[in-house]
Amino acid sequence: MTILPDRYAARLADARDRYRRLGDRPGAIGLWALIAALFLWAAIFQTQLFVVGMIVGSVLALGAMGLTLVFGILRFANFAHGDTMMLGSYIAYLLFTGTVVGSQANIDTDIGISLDQLPGATSKLGDLSFGYGLLIAIVLAGVAMALFSIALDRLVYRRLRRRNSSIVIFAMAALGVAFSTRALMMIIWGPDPRRYVSGIHLAQHYPLDIVLKTDQIFIFVVALALALLLYILLFHMKLGKAMRAMADNADLALVSGINTDRIIIWTWAIGGGLMAIAGGLLAIQASLKPDLGFGLILPLFAATILGGIGKPQGAFIGAMVVGVTQEVSVEFFSAGYKPAVAFVILILILLLRPRGLFGTTS
Amino acid sequence: MRTGRLITPVTLLAVTLLIVIIPAERSGWKLSLDTGVIPFLAAFLTTVGIYSIFTLALNVQWGYTGVFNFGVAAFFMVGAYTGAIFSVGPADPDSSLRYVGGFGDVFSPPFLDSEQWLPFIVATLAAGIASGLLALLLALPTLRLREDYLAITTLGVAELLRRVVIQEDGLVNGSRSMIGIPSPLSGYFSADTQRFVDLAIVVVLVAIVFLVVERSIRSPWGRVLRGLKEDEVAVAASGKNVFSFKMQGFVMGAVIMGMGGAIFAFNRGSIGPTTFEHFFATFLIWAMLIVGGSGNNWGAIAGAYVVWGLWTTTLQLNGYDLPDILRSRIFFMRDFLVGALIVIVLLLRPQGLVPEERRVSSWLDRQMRHQRKKPPEPAAAPES
Repeated sequence: MTILPDRYAARLADARDRYRRLGDRPGAIGLWALIAALFLWAAIFQTQLFVVGMIVGSVLALGAMGLTLVFGILRFANFAHGDTMMLGSYIAYLLFTGTVVGSQANIDTDIGISLDQLPGATSKLGDLSFGYGLLIAIVLAGVAMALFSIALDRLVYRRLRRRNSSIVIFAMAALGVAFSTRALMMIIWGPDPRRYVSGIHLAQHYPLDIVLKTDQIFIFVVALALALLLYILLFHMKLGKAMRAMADNADLALVSGINTDRIIIWTWAIGGGLMAIAGGLLAIQASLKPDLGFGLILPLFAATILGGIGKPQGAFIGAMVVGVTQEVSVEFFSAGYKPAVAFVILILILLLRPRGLFGTTS
Repeated sequence: MRTGRLITPVTLLAVTLLIVIIPAERSGWKLSLDTGVIPFLAAFLTTVGIYSIFTLALNVQWGYTGVFNFGVAAFFMVGAYTGAIFSVGPADPDSSLRYVGGFGDVFSPPFLDSEQWLPFIVATLAAGIASGLLALLLALPTLRLREDYLAITTLGVAELLRRVVIQEDGLVNGSRSMIGIPSPLSGYFSADTQRFVDLAIVVVLVAIVFLVVERSIRSPWGRVLRGLKEDEVAVAASGKNVFSFKMQGFVMGAVIMGMGGAIFAFNRGSIGPTTFEHFFATFLIWAMLIVGGSGNNWGAIAGAYVVWGLWTTTLQLNGYDLPDILRSRIFFMRDFLVGALIVIVLLLRPQGLVPEERRVSSWLDRQMRHQRKKPPEPAAAPES
């Protein structure tokens, strides 16, 4: 078979063995290098798009960290995450403005009670485009979505868990929930885009020719602060350590005396709260539309898989990569291809290192 | 248990009543081949037939092989556009319609007098091949990984392809839709009769797909696929190449989906990016398979019938004098109910209307029949 002299063949086989023993480490190093190169290049040559990408990424990160926790701890791909994120932003909208579509299509009615009736709730905070009413609404929406997620788990996912259903059945049920959620938003608020606050909000100029709205800086700061809180929870508190243990190995966690049912409730609560706040922050800088949620699924999953399933720190970096790449891509491709960027990233990871940056082999 | 057994006949009967009575009532109980309930039923059954092709294909992928395709829309779309490109004539540079290809005339040499059927056969085959190639390409990086990676990837590619169609508007006329796709044999019949010809063509095709799928599933090859769904490790341990068999099941399903897409394009006459949105082109087909019962080809067809029946009935209801609050939202409510239906079926009746068969083997079936024909064996057979 071999055409090489034995000496060389042996040496070649040796080298091949050594390469195999490295596993997918070359893929990981390549991936990290690629990410570093991308960030460096984008920061220097496309500073404006880079900064906007970081802001988009920080919001995506809130969604992706919730998704990766659910994915890691409950072990299924929650395809409803994007749509429930949108539902969170709509709940904040309802709490803030009290507006729903009336009995006729396209004609809004007011439910009579809302946060914007509070004294001074709509007067703008500093350079921001909104008042404190919206912030309260978003926080309350976070609580509502945490409760909603727990209720959904009790109603649907726990029953499937008890039956030991395959992950595919879970994913299918999640897709059913996703479409029902979207239809629910259409029923209550109609298909047309809405905004929290109407009117034009001017951008400010910053050094290095960066043009940003103050809202965007606010979004970035809030997202970073929440990510930091989640980090402290996961790495320095007992609950968080139990969650990570369960994501690593659920059976081992159970025999170590961790109350897995309680952890699952907390996972949904954290995931639900984060998704509503992420949805609210997203809607501040863009607009609300029921079908935007489904488009978020791909970037969220790309970030989750890039970071490694069940690894919130990975999801954070993954979301930044997806955000920056999406924004920078506008320079080269039509903006209509933005959603495709996440897909290309996803395929690249699956080829290079399917378990992601921080993932462990299972 | 007894009520469980009644669910299937009662559901089928209820849907049949709904789709006959409401259109009959709305057309004033007139029986005519041109208007009213009969043409409605012909069109209804044609659509059910087309959807059955997709559910049968998805059943090969999910019900038998256990491969998790969440991007039916991608294969549907590739098949439909390929079918369209291969059946229409070349694009007229003066019109606003812009598309590549237009091979309809290439495959009907004038001396054969075949322009009414040959291009359609070529187009359907081309659609199957294109869709199968896409499946091959997608499966290469993902089929070895966890099953939900393929789900995310297929979901992504469906969205990506829709983007490409919208952005590259010289490819298949972008979001203005590809219009004027001809229908097979349409030159021979009047528009009123064409409905029934379409139905006949679709029925024949569904029968062919059904037989092919049944035959292959009941063969040794099909039993390997079934084994893969149940226990991949056991199949690998018995010396089968898991990756290759999974790939074969996935590609076979995709080829059928592509062909179904082409038939859909001929039937509709016009297709655009909105036709292939996830809800309509992926989720509805999944809902049909889950409701009907995955892992059973009769279930796949029953599911298409029931779900499409409920779907069109809500459309019919809109003709009645509904209160405003309902009328303005009836389509969204329908979407909501289909989503909820899937969750409810998964929770309460995961096996669907027609449960999976325990034995899928034509060889064993033959043996059993053989056994039954023979006179009963003497009761005392000491060795056994």
